[in-house]
Amino acid sequence: MGCCSGADQEKYDELKRFIDALPTKQGELIRVLHRAQGIFGYLPREVQVFVARELEVPVSKVYGVVSFYSYFTMKPKGKYEISVCMGTACYVRGAENVLEELRKKLAIEPGETTPDGKFSLRSLRCVGACGLAPVMMVGDKVYGRVTPDMVDSILAECE
Amino acid sequence: MEKIKTVEELKAICLARQEEEKKESVSILVCGGTGCQSSDSQKIVENLQAELAERGLEDMVEVVRTGCFGFCEKGPIVKILPDNTFYTQVKPEDAQEIVESHIMNNEKVQRLLYQDPKTGEHISDSKHMDFYKKQQRVALRNCGYIDPENIKDYIGQEGYQALAKCITRMTPEEVIEEVKKSGLRGRGGAGFPTGLKWQFARGYQAEQKYVVCNADEGDPGAFMDRSILEGDPHSIVEAMAICGYAIGASEGRVYIRAEYPLAIKRLEKAIESARECGLLGEHILGTDFCFDIQISFGAGAFVCGEETALIHSMEGNRGEPTTKPPFPAESGYWGKPTNVNNVETFANVPVIFLKGADWFSSIGTEKSKGTKVFALAGKINNVGLIEVPMGTTLREVIFDIGGGIKSGKEFKAAQTGGPSGGCLTEKDLDTPIDFDSLVAKGSMMGSGGLIVMDEDDCMPSVARFYLEFTEEESCGKCTPCRVGTKRLSELLKDITQGKGTMEHIAELKRLSQVIKDTALCGLGQTAPNPVLSTLAAFEDEYIAHVNGRCPAGKCTALLKFYIDPEKCKGCTLCARNCPVNAIEGTVRNPHSILQDKCIKCGTCMDKCKFGAIVKK
Ligand SMILES: Cc1cc2nc3c(=O)[nH]c(=O)nc-3n(C[C@H](O)[C@H](O)[C@H](O)COP(=O)(O)O)c2cc1C
Ligand code: SF4
Ligand code: SF4
Ligand code: SF4
Ligand code: FES
Ligand code: FES
Repeated sequence: MGCCSGADQEKYDELKRFIDALPTKQGELIRVLHRAQGIFGYLPREVQVFVARELEVPVSKVYGVVSFYSYFTMKPKGKYEISVCMGTACYVRGAENVLEELRKKLAIEPGETTPDGKFSLRSLRCVGACGLAPVMMVGDKVYGRVTPDMVDSILAECE
Repeated sequence: MEKIKTVEELKAICLARQEEEKKESVSILVCGGTGCQSSDSQKIVENLQAELAERGLEDMVEVVRTGCFGFCEKGPIVKILPDNTFYTQVKPEDAQEIVESHIMNNEKVQRLLYQDPKTGEHISDSKHMDFYKKQQRVALRNCGYIDPENIKDYIGQEGYQALAKCITRMTPEEVIEEVKKSGLRGRGGAGFPTGLKWQFARGYQAEQKYVVCNADEGDPGAFMDRSILEGDPHSIVEAMAICGYAIGASEGRVYIRAEYPLAIKRLEKAIESARECGLLGEHILGTDFCFDIQISFGAGAFVCGEETALIHSMEGNRGEPTTKPPFPAESGYWGKPTNVNNVETFANVPVIFLKGADWFSSIGTEKSKGTKVFALAGKINNVGLIEVPMGTTLREVIFDIGGGIKSGKEFKAAQTGGPSGGCLTEKDLDTPIDFDSLVAKGSMMGSGGLIVMDEDDCMPSVARFYLEFTEEESCGKCTPCRVGTKRLSELLKDITQGKGTMEHIAELKRLSQVIKDTALCGLGQTAPNPVLSTLAAFEDEYIAHVNGRCPAGKCTALLKFYIDPEKCKGCTLCARNCPVNAIEGTVRNPHSILQDKCIKCGTCMDKCKFGAIVKK
């Protein structure tokens, strides 16, 4: 890993310690990727290569798994990760309009990050707070009964 | 806690816990489900504890953070025992008044009591609320009652005594017989008889077998399984161990979505405390039975709820289904006999052994025994988690328990079974809900999502919503599903954008049938259901779209904006805000919209302060 800066090296070390502590490497790819995404925030190619080497599986297999599951992302997230619930309960209570408003305000599509790296936008499915539908989240903070005109003030809180 | 070595010790702890509860004359239960936690219920717990401590009451009054009470609509919920006082929409700053008024002076805080929308009366005891009257809690018996992070609370509810009974007084065959006799059928969707499934898994010889709990809960808009895991994780641990004893497995796995942090935390805690107490691990309660559980994390793929896909995912691979047979009972996790059951199925198991198979089978209909948990959501007054005996009608669920449709609108349809299910309409309201009646109506029970729609919902758009979901979630392994769902969703998109023809409708029907007949796994086979069932009940609405009209007024492309000259005051606000200058008019004279310029952005309608702009 000649490419890594010191901070990155620490992250790789942490991941390696995690892998080495596993009782078996067989079948543990998804567990390792969860941990890797927890450490790095996302799964760039270099991390996938690293995982492949440590687990002794082909890189193509790692890539195949990463691209299969929507939870794994190959792009860095913004400082504030905005998620809009598009589960059925939120959909019938108008989540689409909230997502549309965010799209307009941030000028990005779901799955993208603003050029300044401040916000990323994604839609997800049922955060389990359907009673508060429609629901959006900034990081882990949940906002319930969101209407498009609340979007401005919610974004303004992110400073 | 110390290791529990015998059944007698377990029973003694249970009794001691019950005594303790009697002594603690008052307990305050605060909902710690995901819904209520999102509205700051954790802060309520902290504030209550601080208020009690300030008055030296912390030893007399216990504050318990429970799982979901079900009445999420009016959360956060706080309940006070023993008198069952039910406070709704509690805020952290209400803690002081609850302690001063209710706890110290025995005066209920009127303004926090639930107000019956029909009579306007304040109802104090939750037993008298319409929401709870028709419910019967079996799978959710401990949710909203015990502290899910305290194993003693669960043991106090006779927890782990069903396991104790099975492993000390019953043979595996007798255990399976009892489950068969109860009539329990799988709650994960298909309704397969649970006892029979266990018998199959027992029938295969192998040095290692596995018990898997399917906690993937893919239906978007459903939260039953996560609520059970958040509110009563030990019931799942106990049931998995019982299943392990019955089929001859010593290892269990829970496959759970990584997106469920709270459920994961509580399940991890439950497994850990069960190990500490010797209720998981080697020689449980001094017997020869050994069993332990590990957790595997899903990563957001709906198809992984399908059992073969789930097993591939647990093995660290892409979650693609494979054809059955072989069924997991023969060759599952690492090629070994594996029994997969849903969370709610497991949640019903311990109580069958505590109260007996006959008790269980006395609830429900002839072929569907017991209860079903539903996540009630959508355009309904009481969104929440409910549990009713099988055979309860949709009308009772929506109008009695659910409190009817929001804002006095008309009921239009209810979707059960999520993206694999179908919609039920007005004429189905009096059908008793069970596995078979829903299939007969072109829907299915599914895992329990129940979404209510009103007159403002456009059915072709709802079908499109589900098909966009299945298109995205199709794993791509087989062509009928990969290409077919894409095509269905394109056809629906055309229809909702006003580009549909009658040929589109015919093609929807034809293609749906092909996908149903030829897709490899359940995802593809059931994907056309939302299309077929909305077509069956609302074909006129599809035809209206083809003729350029959306009866529900939802599809923007088919709507036109108009200014009502009677109501327009000529304030010019709309004209100044229209991004394409599509509004003409002079000050203090009625304005009008140039239809060929208007891009239907809706800005004018939002801006007008006089309600003069309508869309139709
Ligand atoms: C596309 C698809 C998604 C499924 N999702 C789930 C799910 O989220 N949870 C679940 O328990 N079962 C799900 N199932 C059903 C499982 O394959 C399996 O039948 C079930 O877990 C068996 O448990 P039961 O007999 O206790 O119902 C799904 C099936 C299909 C075809
Ligand atoms: S039906 Fe769909 S989800 Fe199932 S195997 Fe085929 S492509 Fe994959
Ligand atoms: S904003 Fe309303 S009242 Fe004012 S000009 Fe437009 S339509 Fe008329
Ligand atoms: S809907 Fe938009 S484009 Fe059309 S008239 Fe109103 S503001 Fe202008
Ligand atoms: S559908 Fe949005 S929280 Fe459940
Ligand atoms: S989450 Fe609190 S009542 Fe459902």
